[in-house]
Amino acid sequence: MSLITIKNLWKEYGDNVVLERLNLNIEEGEFCTLVGPSGCGKTTFLKMLLGQETPTKGTFLLDGKPFPDEPSIERGIVFQRYSVFEHLSVLGNVLLSMELKESKFFGRLFGKKRKEAKEKAMQMLESVGLGDAAHKYPSELSGGMQQRLSIAQSLVIKPKILLLDEPFGALDPGIRADMHTLILDLWKRNNLTVIMVTHDLHESFYLGSRLLVFDKVRYDEQAPNAYGARITYDIPVGNEKGAILTKVDKSRKKETNNYDN
Amino acid sequence: MKRFMNLKPSKVTAFFLGLLPFIIAGIFYIVASDLRLAENPNDKLLPSMASFSEAIDRMALTPSKRTGEILFIEDTSASLHRLGLGILISAVLAMLIGIPLGFIPFVRAGFSPFVAAFSMVPPMAILPILFIVFGMGEIAKVALIVIGVTPLIVRDLQQRVSEIPAEQFIKAQTLGGSSWSIVIRVILPQIFPRLLDSVRLTLGTAWIFLISAEAISATEGLGYRIFLVRRYMSMDVILPYVAWITFLAFLFDYLLKKLTYKLFPWYSAGKENA
Ligand SMILES: Nc1ncnc2c1ncn2[C@@H]1O[C@H](COP(=O)(O)OP(=O)(O)OP(=O)(O)O)[C@@H](O)[C@H]1O
Ligand SMILES: [Mg+2]
Repeated sequence: MSLITIKNLWKEYGDNVVLERLNLNIEEGEFCTLVGPSGCGKTTFLKMLLGQETPTKGTFLLDGKPFPDEPSIERGIVFQRYSVFEHLSVLGNVLLSMELKESKFFGRLFGKKRKEAKEKAMQMLESVGLGDAAHKYPSELSGGMQQRLSIAQSLVIKPKILLLDEPFGALDPGIRADMHTLILDLWKRNNLTVIMVTHDLHESFYLGSRLLVFDKVRYDEQAPNAYGARITYDIPVGNEKGAILTKVDKSRKKETNNYDN
Repeated sequence: MKRFMNLKPSKVTAFFLGLLPFIIAGIFYIVASDLRLAENPNDKLLPSMASFSEAIDRMALTPSKRTGEILFIEDTSASLHRLGLGILISAVLAMLIGIPLGFIPFVRAGFSPFVAAFSMVPPMAILPILFIVFGMGEIAKVALIVIGVTPLIVRDLQQRVSEIPAEQFIKAQTLGGSSWSIVIRVILPQIFPRLLDSVRLTLGTAWIFLISAEAISATEGLGYRIFLVRRYMSMDVILPYVAWITFLAFLFDYLLKKLTYKLFPWYSAGKENA
């Protein structure tokens, strides 16, 4: 059975049809990238996966069961902005993930548990390259560092699915390339399922294992809201993790060469 | 020559420029007072510096013959006690009301209209009610401050809570946070510095209510004193008291600002970046 099962799914806001007739199965361990024109419903789709929005009709299953209709611990999210807590240090941000997860009432860990959590948080920070910044506040970090922190924050509690909404959209190309290496590495090591919205076609092709294109197939000039977007392309960009990675590495090298010129 | 709008004073110049209006006002006062006193030595409207120092000596340095206390200190401590208590209660109440109001849709739906309506009641108009209910003692005066100030802080905090990016609440939920743990780990710490800001802004209002309440019913206090000596037209007491109240207000504002920076370094840093 697929991790995510979607059959004939619709999403409407009032009489604005945003998404129509979506059919999709996503398996565990896939890395899907999502592209499409602005306003076609990519964020809306991600919000449904997250539990922030509910579909209007259709089948929408996680592990064969209806999706929890509020955000929950098995689905991590990285937004384009604002997803780190500015009142906590970098370490505090990662620590908070474990504290919220494990201590329902105080939202805090004490003693031995805290020490262990701290070690785990530091390891996580090292793996996203933020070890040296552990005691800084987010306002002292660059955009790329904040996104890495946000990713670390989600991954430290090992979600099944990681959702990303244009996570690197605000970053400059050089840093973006670093982030790509990082996210691929984390995906590979943690057996994650990743679903990532992007505006960057390049990114969508060489990152991940499957490319989903959202677009409106029907369009009525008189009533632009009458029809929603569907999945117009569903392309495997690499069936096997090893293969895709070498391909990605190659294209990354080309990419960096391009930037050098 | 640069445009005037592009010329910037140096630090020293800025300091003296800032001082200048005070000096001018002082000189104006002394000249005007001298002129009036030359005409009529018994004039009470603009007392001379000598009568100020005499009044200050009488109020602040010599114990009162009647009670053996120094009136000025007695007045100050009584007023600050009321003000401090009033502000403290208001701040605590405002947190308890403002955060749920800004965060929990059910609470907002239930209480938002009531809070909005309640904050429209002019506190001075219900002062008589407070005197009837709480008597003429301390409670009524503190209650006036609380009733006057709490709604202002509540509405401010409610606004601040709703300004916290929704992304943060979603993120915290994906990390396993419950409504309660999100309140104490995400909202409270971010709201604290904003509460201090809010208190700073409402301090002026709190002083108004304090002085009004003291003017009407008290046996000591800064507001009580200036309204008492008004009967004898003692400008030599009133003006130093006003200056003192102004200084206190300024001092608290300054201290709260410093405290906010000290306790919440991330807050000021974030503000500078924004
Ligand atoms: N809460 C909402 N209420 C009503 N309409 C909404 C809401 N959220 C989104 N929409 C509408 O849904 C459509 C899709 O929005 P969405 O944000 O999903 O687009 P997107 O594909 O993410 O665009 P972009 O690439 O610009 O981020 C838009 O027409 C938008 O107006
Ligand atoms: Mg979007």
